[in-house]
Amino acid sequence: MNNLSKRSHIIVAIFIVVGVVYIIRLFGLQVLDSTYKQFATNNILREIVQYPARGLVYDRNGKLLVINKAAFDLLITPREVVTFDTLQLCNLLDISKEELEIKIREAKDYSWYKPSILVKQIPPENYARLQEQLYKFRGFHTQSRTLREYETAAAAHVLGYVGEVTADDIKNSNYYSMGDYIGVSGIEKTYEEALRGTKGVKKYLVDVHNRIQGSFLDGQEDVPAQIGKDVISSLDLELQLYAEKLFQNKKGSVVAIEPSTGEILAMVSAPAYDPGLLVGRVRGSNYSKLLADTLKPLFNRALLAEYPPGSTFKIMNVLIGLQEETINLYTRFSCAGPASTPIRCTHNHITPLGPVEAIKESCNPFLWNTFRTIMNKYDTSAESFNKWREYVESFGMGKKLGSDLQFENKGNVPTAEYYNRIYGAGRWNALTVRSLAIGQGELGITPLQLANYCAAIANRGYYYIPHIVKEIEGEGLSGQFSTKVYTNISEEHFEPVIEGMQRVVEQTNASVFMRIPDVAMCGKTGTVQNPHGEDHSAFMAFAPKDDPRIAISVYVENSGFGATYAAPIASLLVEKYLKGEIDKSREWVEKRMLDIDLIHSKQEN
Amino acid sequence: MPRRNNLWANIDWVTVLLFLILVFLGWFNIYAAVYNPESQSILDVSQQYGKQLIWIGAALVIGFVILLIETNFYVFFAYIIYGFVVFLLILVLFVGKEINGAKSWFEIGGFTLQPSEFGKFATALALAKYLSSFGFKLQRLKSMVLIALIILTPAFFILLQNDTGSALVYFAFVLVLFREGLSGVILFFGSLIALLFVLALVLSGMLLNIILLSVALLVLLILNPRFKQFGRILLIFTLSIGVFLGIGEVVPTKYQLSDFWVAGALTGAVITLIYSIRQKIRNYILVTIIFTGSVLFSISVNYAFDMLEAHQQVRINELLGIESNPQGAGYHVNQSKIAIGSGGFWGKGYLNGTQTKFDFVPEQSTDFIFCTVGEEWGFVGTSILITLFLTLFVRLVYLAERQRSGFSRIYGYSVAVILFFHFMVNIGMTIGIMPVIGIPLPFFSYGGSSLWSFTILLFIFIRLDASRLDHLSS
Repeated sequence: MNNLSKRSHIIVAIFIVVGVVYIIRLFGLQVLDSTYKQFATNNILREIVQYPARGLVYDRNGKLLVINKAAFDLLITPREVVTFDTLQLCNLLDISKEELEIKIREAKDYSWYKPSILVKQIPPENYARLQEQLYKFRGFHTQSRTLREYETAAAAHVLGYVGEVTADDIKNSNYYSMGDYIGVSGIEKTYEEALRGTKGVKKYLVDVHNRIQGSFLDGQEDVPAQIGKDVISSLDLELQLYAEKLFQNKKGSVVAIEPSTGEILAMVSAPAYDPGLLVGRVRGSNYSKLLADTLKPLFNRALLAEYPPGSTFKIMNVLIGLQEETINLYTRFSCAGPASTPIRCTHNHITPLGPVEAIKESCNPFLWNTFRTIMNKYDTSAESFNKWREYVESFGMGKKLGSDLQFENKGNVPTAEYYNRIYGAGRWNALTVRSLAIGQGELGITPLQLANYCAAIANRGYYYIPHIVKEIEGEGLSGQFSTKVYTNISEEHFEPVIEGMQRVVEQTNASVFMRIPDVAMCGKTGTVQNPHGEDHSAFMAFAPKDDPRIAISVYVENSGFGATYAAPIASLLVEKYLKGEIDKSREWVEKRMLDIDLIHSKQEN
Repeated sequence: MPRRNNLWANIDWVTVLLFLILVFLGWFNIYAAVYNPESQSILDVSQQYGKQLIWIGAALVIGFVILLIETNFYVFFAYIIYGFVVFLLILVLFVGKEINGAKSWFEIGGFTLQPSEFGKFATALALAKYLSSFGFKLQRLKSMVLIALIILTPAFFILLQNDTGSALVYFAFVLVLFREGLSGVILFFGSLIALLFVLALVLSGMLLNIILLSVALLVLLILNPRFKQFGRILLIFTLSIGVFLGIGEVVPTKYQLSDFWVAGALTGAVITLIYSIRQKIRNYILVTIIFTGSVLFSISVNYAFDMLEAHQQVRINELLGIESNPQGAGYHVNQSKIAIGSGGFWGKGYLNGTQTKFDFVPEQSTDFIFCTVGEEWGFVGTSILITLFLTLFVRLVYLAERQRSGFSRIYGYSVAVILFFHFMVNIGMTIGIMPVIGIPLPFFSYGGSSLWSFTILLFIFIRLDASRLDHLSS
């Protein structure tokens, strides 16, 4: 027996060995290995993104342009779902049974425990109905998001729109994640960073079923969402609305700039669309419709359309001639009217005539001769041409202006190399490229460039880079927009051409359509030859003459002479802007412009 | 009443104190495991901790009553109690209620009772009575058969209830038998079988065979370092394995080359056995037989494994690290290790555990209650708890050894090894070195049946110990 009782030691040894092995194992698990602590945190922590409201957009006078409205996403957590009335849910959500089933299956494929979005952007009116009935549908819940809403249907192209981020957006930035919204065009895109604010995050403790159990560390690590900054646009809503109204049933564009700041007061591309169409769930289908529209409402003509400047460019050539001293104020060239060579003149006026009168009369032969003298000043045509081109470029043509609007077109000002390629070096001269004298030929500029060119003239030699945003809440504006950009033309050469421009408005046959009582407006018409159809009517103007507050460019497509449509519309806009209303004596002009239908009448033909 | 005073003075209060500490620590941890800030009253009887408190109270009453019962009662009624519990174990198969896949519960008016829990002390009593009976000799075949019947009958019916974990507990009695004179050889073979079982599942058949062969040859060389005979045996194995591999290479069959290797090794073993018998080298005969037996056993383990139910296969595989899919069947063990591991050295503090409370750990108040200890009390808490249990086990062995009656000693050892087996399997499971076998941690896990059964088990022994000087039985 004594022998056997020694076996108690073996048994005790077994107990102790197991105990020690377990303690060693626990030491490894609890003290040496830290990975389990991370796993534990991952298990219980759920971060819920807090979406900030997007900043609002105001016009220059503090009127709201873009605001937010609530929308609601319906989310599903597949694990929590119990049998429910599919038909009723389909009715509440306005979707078909098949669609719902596909979406539920997708959600299940994504995660059984984590919520995924079933239906996006349910409008508030549907949401109210849904919310009442939601208690019947376990496993479904809603989250609120903000969508854009527009106070008026104006300025769609300028404001731009917001859409869901693309895979590229996510890849190129560490801010965005799936399902976030991002500005896709216009102000929304340029000022995305200010407008979007900063997403916040709330950390919650969750149990194994992903049900929230409370906040993590009492919210110490939560980051509140920061509301997007408001943006004050330089647009003048009233002017914008009026411009869009005048452009009803017309194609074309308007750009109005405040010369003393470069701020864009109005920007119209007609036909436009209601920005509200590109919000929420209907965005996709509406976008397709707009894209298919033959009138191209999505196309922002003000920035992208490239038209020859036509006669508005004649001022440029006169300025260059004066600067290069190939002509002076006493230079006279004669005009043989329709018999003139190489460019005939369609205007009936005195001859010979000087630069001021030539601008007033838009005399082709005078400009041809001026252009010829510029082109002949230096040894070779190419050298002279390059010199000429530098002047043109200094007005912001043939390059992107660098505004805060997306997708600027740089237009086209040909180079000497271009002509060398076509005609051979030294085998072209002023005569070859004579169309440039009167703003035709290869020249192409955008309505924005035309307005900017007009602003530079109004300022007598410099411009500010045009921009659409005046101020971001709590921030100044980037310095580039408050720096003068000088043209290569000296100040003194502007007075005579401005004098000519004033005469255009006040002393020509068309003055009756565009002269504004008590306002010294200076302008220049242009008729843009259009190989595809009827000529475009162009006009640029600024006013008042001595203290310019507005510079404007107007193109009306397929409408003929500049004086017929573009000039009256421009004059009405200037008058509206400067005086707030249209003078009684000019109401007939307004009515005439409003009544004209250049789209439907043309189509009928 | 001198006798009564005598009783209280003779009670081993150290064991009682350890019991009380474990029970109340268990209760605090159950409270933490299911802690719900909305229902904070620790006395709320709709919650597990409230119920557990009732069961603790009842357990204390049961313990007290047991102390009042004369020790003769247990000796006289050992077989009857055993018979009655076996009857209940059979009855539950017919009228029992199924919970978690095990049909092992009686339901009496919303109140459930698990008879398999009471099988432990009943078997311990019967075994103690039989082993201590007059003229008993362990070595006789009849004794062996009867002991096997006493132990395996309840285990068999519990297995039929689909409660594998509770049935496995009965293996613990092997240690009691060892103390009572069971040959150490059996313990050795038992361990060998367990080791082979694991290796057979973990290693490929051929690799295990190579290891076994190497060990066998090494043992042969040590036992009988004469090169002539050893060289012949080496030649026998080389030739037989070579021939079989050659056949396997040439003849196309559905069997793999490793199968031919094993067949070659077995053939070599048979030839070696014949050689050893003819040479009359006793050591060689023994080693060869053990080797042959091991090979055949490992083959049959793999065969038997294929016969197991899928979820059992998975659990064993998980334990042995053969499949490790943290989201699959290993999920429970993985979450359990995360909970314990995240506790760190000092733990997260009482009621600050997140993994257990938020249900990442399954069965957190019953089988996985150790996770709460690990998470909230850290390494400090777990090592203290393990030390407490070890103290209790060693104390029980000490008490058992001081008994004068065989009955009390055998019963005392039964208590120690049953508690130890639960402790080893339960904690081993939560830290990933034992398979997920659902058996409770004594005194700690939530549940009335298990608490009462452990209380009865322990207090009968305390009562027996208290009257060890009474000369009651032989």
